[in-house]
Amino acid sequence: MLNSSLKQLSALLAAKKVSSVELTREFLRRVKVLNQEYNAFITINEEMSLDQARTADTMIASGVACPLTGIPIAHKDIFCTKGWLTTCGSKMLSSFISPYDAHVIERFNLAGTVNIGKTNMDEFAMGSSNETSFYGPVKNPWDITTVPGGSSGGSACAVAARMVPAATGTDTGGSIRQPAALCGVSGIKPTYGLVSRYGMIAFASSLDQGGPIAKSAADLALMLNVMVGFDARDSTSLLRDQEDYARDLEKPLEGLRIGLPKEYFAEGMSEDVSRAVDAAIVEYNKLGAKIVEVSLPNTKLSIPVYYVLAPAEASSNLSRFDGVRYGHRALEYADLNDMYQKSRTQGFGAEVKRRILIGTYVLSHGYYDAYYIKAQKLRRLIAQDFAEVFKQCEIIMGPTSPTVAFALGEKSSDPLQMYLSDTYTAAASLAGLPGMSIPAGFGNGNRPVGLHIIGNYFSEAQMLNVAHQYQQVMDWHTQMPDITKA
Amino acid sequence: MTWEIVIGLEVHTQLLTQSKIFSGASTVFGGTPNAQACAVDIALPGVLPVLNRVAVERAVKFGLAVGAKINSPSIFARKNYFYPDLPKGYQISQYELPIVEGGCIKILTGRDNNEREKIVRLTRAHLEEDAGKSLHEDFHGMTGIDLNRAGTPLLEIVSEPDMRSSMEAVTFAKTLHSLVRWIGISDGNMEEGSFRCDANVSVRRLGDDKLGTRREIKNLNSFRFLQQAIDYESGLQISILENGGKIRQATVLFDADKRETHVMRSKEDAHDYRYFPDPDLLPLEISQDLINEIMKSMPELPMWRYYRFIARDVDKYKLLIEKQTDIYPLQQSSAYLKFGVEEIYALSKYDATMLTADKSTADYFEEVVEIVGSKNAKLCANWVIGEVAARLNQNNEYITISPVSAKQLAELILRICDGTISGKIAKDIFGAMWHGEHGSSADTIIEEKGLRQISNSDEIRRLVDVVLIDNPHQVSDFCKGKEKAFNFLVGQVMKVTKGKASPAKVNEILQEKLDRKKHG
Amino acid sequence: MSLVLEDVKRVANLARIELSDEEARTTLDQLTGIFCLIEQMQAVNTSTIVPMSHAQDVVQRLRTDVVTEVDQHELFQSLAPQVEAGLYLVPKVIE
Repeated sequence: MLNSSLKQLSALLAAKKVSSVELTREFLRRVKVLNQEYNAFITINEEMSLDQARTADTMIASGVACPLTGIPIAHKDIFCTKGWLTTCGSKMLSSFISPYDAHVIERFNLAGTVNIGKTNMDEFAMGSSNETSFYGPVKNPWDITTVPGGSSGGSACAVAARMVPAATGTDTGGSIRQPAALCGVSGIKPTYGLVSRYGMIAFASSLDQGGPIAKSAADLALMLNVMVGFDARDSTSLLRDQEDYARDLEKPLEGLRIGLPKEYFAEGMSEDVSRAVDAAIVEYNKLGAKIVEVSLPNTKLSIPVYYVLAPAEASSNLSRFDGVRYGHRALEYADLNDMYQKSRTQGFGAEVKRRILIGTYVLSHGYYDAYYIKAQKLRRLIAQDFAEVFKQCEIIMGPTSPTVAFALGEKSSDPLQMYLSDTYTAAASLAGLPGMSIPAGFGNGNRPVGLHIIGNYFSEAQMLNVAHQYQQVMDWHTQMPDITKA
Repeated sequence: MTWEIVIGLEVHTQLLTQSKIFSGASTVFGGTPNAQACAVDIALPGVLPVLNRVAVERAVKFGLAVGAKINSPSIFARKNYFYPDLPKGYQISQYELPIVEGGCIKILTGRDNNEREKIVRLTRAHLEEDAGKSLHEDFHGMTGIDLNRAGTPLLEIVSEPDMRSSMEAVTFAKTLHSLVRWIGISDGNMEEGSFRCDANVSVRRLGDDKLGTRREIKNLNSFRFLQQAIDYESGLQISILENGGKIRQATVLFDADKRETHVMRSKEDAHDYRYFPDPDLLPLEISQDLINEIMKSMPELPMWRYYRFIARDVDKYKLLIEKQTDIYPLQQSSAYLKFGVEEIYALSKYDATMLTADKSTADYFEEVVEIVGSKNAKLCANWVIGEVAARLNQNNEYITISPVSAKQLAELILRICDGTISGKIAKDIFGAMWHGEHGSSADTIIEEKGLRQISNSDEIRRLVDVVLIDNPHQVSDFCKGKEKAFNFLVGQVMKVTKGKASPAKVNEILQEKLDRKKHG
Repeated sequence: MSLVLEDVKRVANLARIELSDEEARTTLDQLTGIFCLIEQMQAVNTSTIVPMSHAQDVVQRLRTDVVTEVDQHELFQSLAPQVEAGLYLVPKVIE
């Protein structure tokens, strides 16, 4: 059952071979055992999960089930979930019981899935290793001395360790794709605007996008079918016809043009990653795809641009955490200003504070044009690069991360090195393009390598098709870490 | 040394909407604290703003009414600062591309506010959200925060520094206040904070081109305070400069009790609002269709109505209107502009100013005139300004709540015009209508109280004879040339008729009879 | 445009983050490194490029002006550090 696809689980439920309550109990049991080691979950709430499971069983019994009804999934702790502690990985929100549901949570509730718990994450989604969480780092199940990636590290770890069949995540500069790569699972960040940001605690509003992490492209498609949907409460939510993201999974790849940006294969990528990615490209060639070399000349600017824009938006988005209406308030303070300072200083961790400072600086008087406006202009250049490339190919491929999972603590004291983890993922975020990562073998230390797939706007179904076809001929995605305890 | 005072105003006017500018919470004033502060208003983590259509339409309507450019797109920006009544830690406002740019407002200045016209240019008007309220009553030495007002839609209207006296500033503010009410975008309720002024004041030597250093007086919520604050502030600046001092740019508050301005406790950090486009909101586009639709709903504006009220002939009115096209280019082409004058009222500037102070008064007046007839427009104006408005002004109330309807007043005035009652009796009847039963008609009161004017000549002749017999001394005084005795005798006739005799008739008959006595 | 300690302190104050002198110096070192990377942006001539604020070229949707929210202040205030008489309490605001 642990390796069952969502479709298989759905069939078992529909055939009443297993009930949602049983399924939920089984995964909860696994979570409880494994979480002690992996720290993938911040909150589990057995009673609330089982309540949902019972509701799902009723839905199934009365024949009103949706494809995912009764299936337990985990939610990144960035999604406000009514009645659940929703911390965003921060001390600031360590006692915040959300009074409302995010749009994504509402959609999963309507679909009848069971919330099995809230997954650990880098604080306010700021990090690439899950080490900035107030709740401690998540361990990579392939090697517990290494990081799972971030910021959706808890979700990626939970799926990799089969603690849950699928999970939600969010991606601002790579936060779904990079942990999916490092944990050997599949993850997709859809086109900006497809998944409502309402109730998703904001990091960088113009970049944040929710998406699923699962074992396979086919599972991602079913998850996307639930997550994507117009929401009038998010002004950036796009009003489009509902799609079935699984519709093209079986299409052959004959004639597909895959672009390999030469900049992605230049210096920076480690050799083991390079080997795995090259092998995957060979497979695609065998599947009938045509490989073309393309160029994204402004690739090297994506990290500088990202680290101006994202902190700028974050510095403003995080101003609401002031200890007045909710969240941490310092116990002792001299006056109002001191209350603000102490509450924020105590409530935020080092990385969050660092990014708030960067963001405040680039927006401040005299620097705005040189940094913020400049970065917005370069953002357009980066987006234009992609527009040019998509005239020559339908899909772009490359590595998701320059290296396999690195050791816990290896980069945590050097923010600059950490920021370079997003080298390949940030550009698609800046352009608002959909991006995904699928397992493509193993590198040094038998740690997973992720293949990065970028598509044009709204080409999620095609990307999932491209990933699925690979997963029909290769079995990297079915491999799981050696877990004996559970 | 002669000084020139230079004033620019920033006015925050609350836009009339059911719900807030970025959330679905109610904007009703005075609710239970925080009961109207929804998840978006209290800035819970994860919530997002969505723009209210009506707030946008109201802003566009203002822009069109002042002949401004409507920017499309316009951009919402975040103004970042920490304050307990600002839940997000930033205010959503507009900075680089406001929805309304330019435009102007014509004010009447000088003696009685109708000596000459002056144009005050507007810099811009932009949409933004209001903050909550800090309540400083003592909660164990703490301040209480009520966020009901947070997110209420505001239009911030910024003028150029075109005003030269506190009087002009007040006239501008009043004209603007009247305009926003006139076009229905704001209730203008100053007690509830729906119309608040900040005044930028500087002084310079008469003839200087360069503006002096300005100080901004914040949050003036009455016209009286606006005037007092500017008077104090400009006087202070002049005396500083005359004593060789320098003005330092500052934000000040007006203490209404002491009638002084004080520099606000200067913040340790200089304000650096870090404006940037709000990534949660997209560019706001205003279609030409929407502009056309709003144009169609635009009432005849106060200035045009003023011109129509004072016009003495149609051609001159048209000429006057055409002359305005340089100022109001947008309105010239619009459908609502009335180029024809069906009725000429030929009112004085004073009357026209008074009647166009707010739309309901002007509407009321025209409803009266429509029944009474435009040749008695002046009489109607006198009644509306003198009796109706005066009584309402005592309580600062608008004509819409007048207990005497325009129709009732018109019927009363008609009875004066046809000689049924005298003006004096009419005022008594008006008083009765005002305090009496709602809907009582002039005719009913006249009949019931027997107030019909005695204009029958025979009846009056008989009464005059009686008075002449009863007052021989006065008659003989008159014959000796004491003209004053005449008035006494008129008064006696009015007294015996309880005021009902037609004064004109009494005068005529008495004169005739006395003349006969004098010369006979 | 190289960062100095004063910048770090000014920005920290604007952001209401407390930094000891020691922390300010460490932060200065880290930010200097990060800004070294960011400075790469300045090498590109962008004088003719229009800044890009949003990923999609779409315009603001407008909401119908109706009241959709109900009073939930008791639920919301159950999350607040200090509340009295329906008001959020903060240290005295001095104007």
